[in-house]
Amino acid sequence: MSRTLKEVKVGEKVNIKKISGSGPVKRRLMDMGVTKGQEILVRKVAPLGDPIEVNLRGYELTFRKEEAEKIIVE
Amino acid sequence: MSVGIKEKTINIALVGNPNSGKTTLFNELTGSTQYVGNWPGVTVEKKEGKIKKTKNKINLVDLPGIYSLSSYTMEEIVARDYILDKKPDLIINIVDATNIERNMYLTTQILELGVPVLVALNMMDVIEKNKDKINLEEIESHLNAKVVPISASRGKGIENLISTLEEMATISPDLANIDFYSKDIQQEVNKIENFIEEIANENKVNKRWLAVKLLEQDSHTLSKFDIDEEIKTYIVKIKEKIEEIEDDDMESIIANERYIFINTMVKKTVKKTKRQELTNSDKIDKILTNRFFSVPIFLAVMFIVYYVSIQTLGDYTIGWVEGGIEYFAGLVSSGLMSLGVTEFIHALVIDGVIGGVGAVLVFVPQIMILFFFISVLEDTGYMARVAFVMDKFFRKFGLTGKSFIPLLIGSGCSVPGIMATRTLENEKDRKLTILLTPFISCGAKLPIYVMFAAAFFPNNSGMVVFIIYMLGIAVAILSGILLKNTLFKGAVAPFVMELPPYRVPTLKGLFIHMWDRGKDFLKKAGTIIFAAAVLIWMMQTFSFNFSIVENPSNSILAGIGRFIAPIFRPLGFGDWISAVAIFTGFVAKEVVVATLGVLTGVGEVAEDAPELITSIQALFTPAKAWSFMAFNLLAAPCIAAIGAMKKEFNSWKWTLFAVSYQTGIAYIIAMIIYQVLK
Repeated sequence: MSRTLKEVKVGEKVNIKKISGSGPVKRRLMDMGVTKGQEILVRKVAPLGDPIEVNLRGYELTFRKEEAEKIIVE
Repeated sequence: MSVGIKEKTINIALVGNPNSGKTTLFNELTGSTQYVGNWPGVTVEKKEGKIKKTKNKINLVDLPGIYSLSSYTMEEIVARDYILDKKPDLIINIVDATNIERNMYLTTQILELGVPVLVALNMMDVIEKNKDKINLEEIESHLNAKVVPISASRGKGIENLISTLEEMATISPDLANIDFYSKDIQQEVNKIENFIEEIANENKVNKRWLAVKLLEQDSHTLSKFDIDEEIKTYIVKIKEKIEEIEDDDMESIIANERYIFINTMVKKTVKKTKRQELTNSDKIDKILTNRFFSVPIFLAVMFIVYYVSIQTLGDYTIGWVEGGIEYFAGLVSSGLMSLGVTEFIHALVIDGVIGGVGAVLVFVPQIMILFFFISVLEDTGYMARVAFVMDKFFRKFGLTGKSFIPLLIGSGCSVPGIMATRTLENEKDRKLTILLTPFISCGAKLPIYVMFAAAFFPNNSGMVVFIIYMLGIAVAILSGILLKNTLFKGAVAPFVMELPPYRVPTLKGLFIHMWDRGKDFLKKAGTIIFAAAVLIWMMQTFSFNFSIVENPSNSILAGIGRFIAPIFRPLGFGDWISAVAIFTGFVAKEVVVATLGVLTGVGEVAEDAPELITSIQALFTPAKAWSFMAFNLLAAPCIAAIGAMKKEFNSWKWTLFAVSYQTGIAYIIAMIIYQVLK
């Protein structure tokens, strides 16, 4: 069942299936290691509800829900 | 390479991710020989220095901290162009060993550029402490590059790094490309390489790099190199074929391939000991970015920073510096007397130069303490969390969480605040933050509020200062909302940011950081303020026919004041003395109080001196005072800050717009305040 990273609950670990869209945002995410097949853990949501913090490749990364929506996971 | 050897000067570039310890390593290697400037045409800082204790002369250039060599940010373009156009003899690629996967991504890109690379594997002390194992030899063979373990913050491995550098500079390097890509893609890359080999050699770039860039259809590369139409069509066909098979775009496929290569390498070479689920950093983070505590903690931290650097400790230092300057002025005064200089020269030096520059110098310790705290917040990693916690709030008025840092620094001095906007990747965010930073009241404006509060609201002076600061913040927020929906309309910039692990900062690092920021303020005191202090003193000493005036009301300055005063009549303070103070405040906000003192015949005294208070009470009414404070708060900042805006906007048009906008808003709001209160 595929969904976007935005729908993943805090504490859940998922695999990245695809990053939709194109251009600078996608490229930036990929440069930071958000790539196909990579395991990613949703660590927390910021106190005001956005952005989110994830853990991947042994480090912490943050991006907005808008970006999380582009990441298809399974 | 050959030229470098002949002159015995070796040029080395330092490249690495942000938070990889790059600045620390640069400081370790170059010591005090640093030269800081700007990259031509852009506002990215350029640092250069000579490496210490070497046989050959080695020049080290610190390239901006980047995650990738794609061309989406100014920093990436600067780094890429430097390597391709200036052809350094060698690249030191600093890699954070505790975050090796992501750091190595940049390494795979650098290795394709055709320049010898030395990988400095940093933070090896942490690896050792965690009892992790990294097989350096095996990484070397995977990358076909030399790897040296270091611990920059402890100064370990630096000598080994330098001797390896010198060794590498004397032998001709093995630049054979290693194959990062999976078999099918690698085959296609090799084919393209054969077609474009000649062009690559002509332009002195590596054929592997060019082939991959062309396959990605990088627009910058396509326009820079004159590629045969037939080859172009061929490459497009190959690209489409691969994209169809992989069901993705070429850029993403290449990025993916690099990470697959790294994953394979890391699996074989890095052995991590199993450790508990939560690191210390995670534990700290649990509290600092907690859903309920994070905002109160943030506000408390800001209050403490403020209380110590502006109120208590910072306030004491003002007294000390004032005493020091007085003592110094006394020494110079008696020295000049014994030399028998004219009264004019004596007054110029004592009142003009020492008085004027001194007015600015008293703020230096306060500003330095504030910058020290900001360095602590940055170096520990808390600042990134602030951006994380506050992003949604800042977004409401067109900014990002990262805008907070420039605004906070701006509360000390707008000049370094505006310069700190360099950390913002997006052009729109940057411009808007530069524009709004001066609305946050800087330290130099504080004495103005203190003076008026003492004159008209002696029992509520804290409240007056608070209201004025809040007015500045409110105008910044409303301006943000206004500009977001008009001039800066359009897509919101992405917010993708690393949250570095919490670290205990080194004292040396903190002081270097503090000094980097504070020196902008000192430079301002030494140059612009110095010149302005002399000029203002001249203008208030001479009349238009260049004779010395007894009464300042006959001076050039008074003439200018009378000329511009009518403009301020709707704002309440249409007298020439206030107009002159506004005018001198444009040079430096620090001298507004002094100007009012001198022109009302009190002389240069402290902002709460009783005789000054009395003359201010005679000149102003409470309504006029509010209007005057609001105008000083919001109008175009001092010349130094306008200069900083020009430098960061890199455009006169934008600078003029910002200054007109700020002054226009100030005029309207001050007028409303006066008309309502009177």
